[in-house]
Amino acid sequence: MIWLAWRQLRTQATVAIAALAVVAALLAMTGPHLADLHSTAGRGLIQQLSPTDTTLYFVGGVAVLLVPALIGMFWGAPLVANELEAGTHRLAWNQGVTRTRWLATKLALTGLTAMVATGLISIAVTWWSSPVDQAVAAGGSDNTDNFVPRIAPAIFSARGIVPIGYAAFAFVLGVTCGIVIRRALPAMAATLATYTAALLALPLWLREHLAPPSTATVPFTHDRMANYLLDSVTHVDIGKPDVWVTAEQTLDSTGHPAHAMPSAYTNCDAIKSCIDALAQAGYQQRVTYQPAGNFWTLQWAETGIFLGLAIGLGALCVWWTRSRLT
Amino acid sequence: MTAATAVLRAQGLGKKYRQRWALSDCTLDVPAGRVVGLVGPNGAGKSTLLNLASGMLAPTTGTIEVCGGRPATGPAQLAKVGYVSQDTPTYAALTVADHLTLGARLNPRWDASLARDRIRRIGLDPSQRAGQLSGGQRAQLALTLGLAKRPELLVLDEPVAALDPLARREFLDDLTDAISGQKMTVLLSSHLISDVERVCDHVIVLVDSRVQVSFAAAELIAGHHRLTGPDGASADLPAGHQVISTSRAHGRTTLVVRADAPATGSASWTVEPVSLEDIVLAYIGRQTADRSSDSRPAAGLGAHR
Repeated sequence: MIWLAWRQLRTQATVAIAALAVVAALLAMTGPHLADLHSTAGRGLIQQLSPTDTTLYFVGGVAVLLVPALIGMFWGAPLVANELEAGTHRLAWNQGVTRTRWLATKLALTGLTAMVATGLISIAVTWWSSPVDQAVAAGGSDNTDNFVPRIAPAIFSARGIVPIGYAAFAFVLGVTCGIVIRRALPAMAATLATYTAALLALPLWLREHLAPPSTATVPFTHDRMANYLLDSVTHVDIGKPDVWVTAEQTLDSTGHPAHAMPSAYTNCDAIKSCIDALAQAGYQQRVTYQPAGNFWTLQWAETGIFLGLAIGLGALCVWWTRSRLT
Repeated sequence: MTAATAVLRAQGLGKKYRQRWALSDCTLDVPAGRVVGLVGPNGAGKSTLLNLASGMLAPTTGTIEVCGGRPATGPAQLAKVGYVSQDTPTYAALTVADHLTLGARLNPRWDASLARDRIRRIGLDPSQRAGQLSGGQRAQLALTLGLAKRPELLVLDEPVAALDPLARREFLDDLTDAISGQKMTVLLSSHLISDVERVCDHVIVLVDSRVQVSFAAAELIAGHHRLTGPDGASADLPAGHQVISTSRAHGRTTLVVRADAPATGSASWTVEPVSLEDIVLAYIGRQTADRSSDSRPAAGLGAHR
């Protein structure tokens, strides 16, 4: 059965290996120069990046995010749906292997290939980007550029091992859609929609709870960057450029969440007097964040969740194939 | 027929799709070592029955036992039953040779030389993709997979339905050659009696999930006769004659009767042999007439997968 599963995967796997080789070559050619630059410029690296470097940095991140979605659509959704559409499952299921083994072999072989391919591209991009990520973590980025620390949602999903979990999930999600919908094209659309929804929802609601957050309560001072709005203060800088801020709360002089800003603040006319007004009223900002040290805890937890989801969906696929497909 | 010689036994077998029974209360035995033709009108439940036999479907009611086990329950059971489904699917992107490798890898009793020889004799190019084959060639490839698997029972569901008349004849003649000298039971469904007549030595007529008659083809022909006589002669039909169908035209009555020995002594009747096709049609016609006259629940009416 492994032979058949591999024979059906061969073309796709060749395409994947070719794409992987191109990406690897591109990164290998440009990566060492970035590392050299970092060793001399340190956190000043960000200012010295060429437009090509910057483009590669963002394209690499997007590529890692895209690969699982593509795998789900083009490897997962057609895996069984194509057979159901062409009727070839009737051929396969009447050889000497059971449906369960047929599906399990296809799922395992194609799924593992998807995970390995995604893992390799993620490792390559993580390695290539590490000088930039280190420079950002050291405070080399300011709010005039688009660089964020690697623990921040925009980059986190394109680093380390989570893409492997995404790939496993997207792949089995595709297979599930294919089995339930029984037609490849609608299954591909459903896979993309569901996967995108899952990937957007996760950092929004779940990820910040996967590791204990830290909090910092800081006073308002003139040298602290912040966004002073009419009825609130946001984006208060706590001097930690490598963290992911998950929540902020302005506290009044008693240390409780402030219901209203002090009247001196609402009537202030210059930014300096506004800050003074807050400081004199004893207001402070409580910032909740995921420290940089939680990066790998979050990575493992999230990878585990997605692998768990993939296994659950895989079990659903097997059950559905055994009892509901004809 | 005894249990020992039945390769397939169905008892009270039924399959329901949502509100519709495709097969209901079907009881039949398929004798071992024969080439069995399953005939009946569209909607009789032939395809459903064969799908149940191969384990593609699970029964809603009743039981089905094939080669001594429940269909598709494990590798050992799967190895005993070959199944070539309607429209003979093959992997379009895989070559003919790939299909043979597939068969070799997935079947414990695979006969590689049989498969190779057949492919050569049919004239298929091993390096050609199955997607480029004609319908007839595809059917031949699917049949080759079924034969080289060396099953105890080979199920063919309307294998020639999609073929043109010439390819149909070639396929059936080739099937006869391929199974001669093998200890294999073949169960073949068709709604065309001429197909069945060409290859089968046993015929089961299925109408509305019910077995109308199950007989060796030769016995079937020997045991049925066409009697023609003047209207009103029915009264002096000798005992032991079971009338299957009656038709009247131009003051003459034609009967298809079932009897071991025809009524040669009766003066009013002319006795002629009757073809398999006419016998089958007589049984199908009888069932249809019964259905319109009694109020039996119309199980499986118009239900065809």
